[in-house]
Amino acid sequence: MIIVDDLHKSFGEVKALRGVSFEARDGYVTGLLGPNGAGKSTALRVLYTVIRPDRGVATIDGVDVVTHALEARGRIGTLPHGAGLYPHLTARENIVYYARLYGMDCSLIDERVQDVIDQLDINDFADRRSKGFSQGQRTKVALARALVHGPQNIILDEPSNGLDVMAIRSLRELIKTLKASGKCVLFSSHVMQEVSALCDEIVIIAEGRVALHDSPDGIRNRTGCDDLEEAFVKAISHVGAY
Amino acid sequence: MLPVRAVFQKEVFDNFRDRRTLMSALVMGPIFGPILFAFVINLSLKQSMTDVTVALDVPVIGQEHAPNLIEFLGSRNLNVVDAPADRAAALAAVKSGLHELVVVIPENFGEDLRDMVPATVEVISDQADSQAERDARRTLRALRAYNQQIASLRLTARGVSPGVMRPLNIDVVDVSTPSGRSAMLLGMLSYFFIFALLTGGMNLAIDATAGERERGSLEPLLCLPVTRDQLIYGKILAACVFMSISLALSLTAFNITLKFVPLEELGMTPNFGPLEVVIAFFLLVPFTLLGAALMTLVASFTKSYKEAQTWVSIVLLAPTLPILVASILMVRASSELMLIPSLSQHLLLVGLIKNEPLNMLDVSISVVSTLAAGVVLTMICARLYRREGLLV
Repeated sequence: MIIVDDLHKSFGEVKALRGVSFEARDGYVTGLLGPNGAGKSTALRVLYTVIRPDRGVATIDGVDVVTHALEARGRIGTLPHGAGLYPHLTARENIVYYARLYGMDCSLIDERVQDVIDQLDINDFADRRSKGFSQGQRTKVALARALVHGPQNIILDEPSNGLDVMAIRSLRELIKTLKASGKCVLFSSHVMQEVSALCDEIVIIAEGRVALHDSPDGIRNRTGCDDLEEAFVKAISHVGAY
Repeated sequence: MLPVRAVFQKEVFDNFRDRRTLMSALVMGPIFGPILFAFVINLSLKQSMTDVTVALDVPVIGQEHAPNLIEFLGSRNLNVVDAPADRAAALAAVKSGLHELVVVIPENFGEDLRDMVPATVEVISDQADSQAERDARRTLRALRAYNQQIASLRLTARGVSPGVMRPLNIDVVDVSTPSGRSAMLLGMLSYFFIFALLTGGMNLAIDATAGERERGSLEPLLCLPVTRDQLIYGKILAACVFMSISLALSLTAFNITLKFVPLEELGMTPNFGPLEVVIAFFLLVPFTLLGAALMTLVASFTKSYKEAQTWVSIVLLAPTLPILVASILMVRASSELMLIPSLSQHLLLVGLIKNEPLNMLDVSISVVSTLAAGVVLTMICARLYRREGLLV
């Protein structure tokens, strides 16, 4: 369960967040949708504690991300934008490294790592060095290491970037599985179809503010547009109207 | 598993697979340093040991004006050969490098000598050319000896003892030991060792910030339930391990290459056996923490791996500055100087090579002050690693 309340963040003159509030519930997939530069990544970065908000509160399962950053980090699995691997390590070694840093019990690591390798279907290249991996393979390994400790909350920043159709399909399946097991999934995207195909809740962000937060149907109703894309355009061009 | 240990193990493991790190840690610093050293020393030894038993060809103009002098030169193993036709041609020949030197004996040489007027002899050489300068010096020595001989003969002919011309009898007593003489030459060894030590950790230090950032692996790493201090400590420790390996290898390599440098011919016996290698390792190893932290610090300000490499390469020179200044000023070891990292290691190492007993107080001051500086810099690195701007 992720709760964000009135987040503000400026980088010098640029106001990236101007009061963002939303909730992402367990067993739901919540999509953070917005044009480039709207503040999606900044909001997610506050959640996975890489940057501190100037104002406002964010909690993961009730744990404040600013005052209890370490505990909050332990409760999330993160796929940041363009997550990189260590090229000299194999996929498995990359995942084991993260498992250790998550503080997992040494005796459980090997078994658990094999579990995520099975879950993400990366057995084929699990023991190859990640130097020559394709974008799809890299993303899968990065996802595996984010999930290795079985986090309750999963935050993905534009996970489908640079993936081909097959990779996107398997990503979608994975997100559905996570949802079915009661996890809280929050991901950002600027691709409408992806969001509409997966999300139970959509948070549309523009100019550092939440323009609209509802289910896909709710968004259609409130904007009076049948087409989600139309609704999206309408919402971001009238921030504060809904 | 403790996070620092997990980071440390991963960094060591990862870098042992990285060809770039292995090259700089295990090959560049440790192997090239000693080979370069041996090569340079051998070359300069060859240059400086112009054997007096080898005859030197000396072109002389006007040989017919001074048959006795020519004979004398011959007895000093100087082989008088034909020279260019005249003085102008000789000047041109020396300038162009055709001859290292030319001796000119004027026509009135015999006459002046007979009349007891100082007779002129010209030695034309290019004093900026070190080889020519050496040859000229040898010729001048022979000419002065001839001068001395004639003066003695003249005095004797007048019933005066040649001793009156030598009111002083100067004796130089050299108390330097053979090991001591080599210390001057081997003083630059500490530079090589510190250089090798730093190159060993260079890639790891850069990787801690600029490398991770460029690869995009920094952001996910910072999302883990590990403090940033733990991450940076693990990384700096791993760099220290590589630097220690580099240091050990370069010390060993020097121990081996020194056997191929004919230092004994210069009357030098450097005190650098296996025991000294071990002692030198322990004298120098405290510098790894300082070096790793310094390089990490510099790299953390840069935007990319390439930029970091440029800046860190400049840092490689920083520890050599105190050594350079000390060598020029011929500073002697003192307890105050032991407070300066890199200089203290240099002075202790020079003492070791000179076969002087180690002053344990100096050693402790050096170790403690260097480690303390390392700890302070590591803490500054951790502080910088905590910045929000680290990601961009």
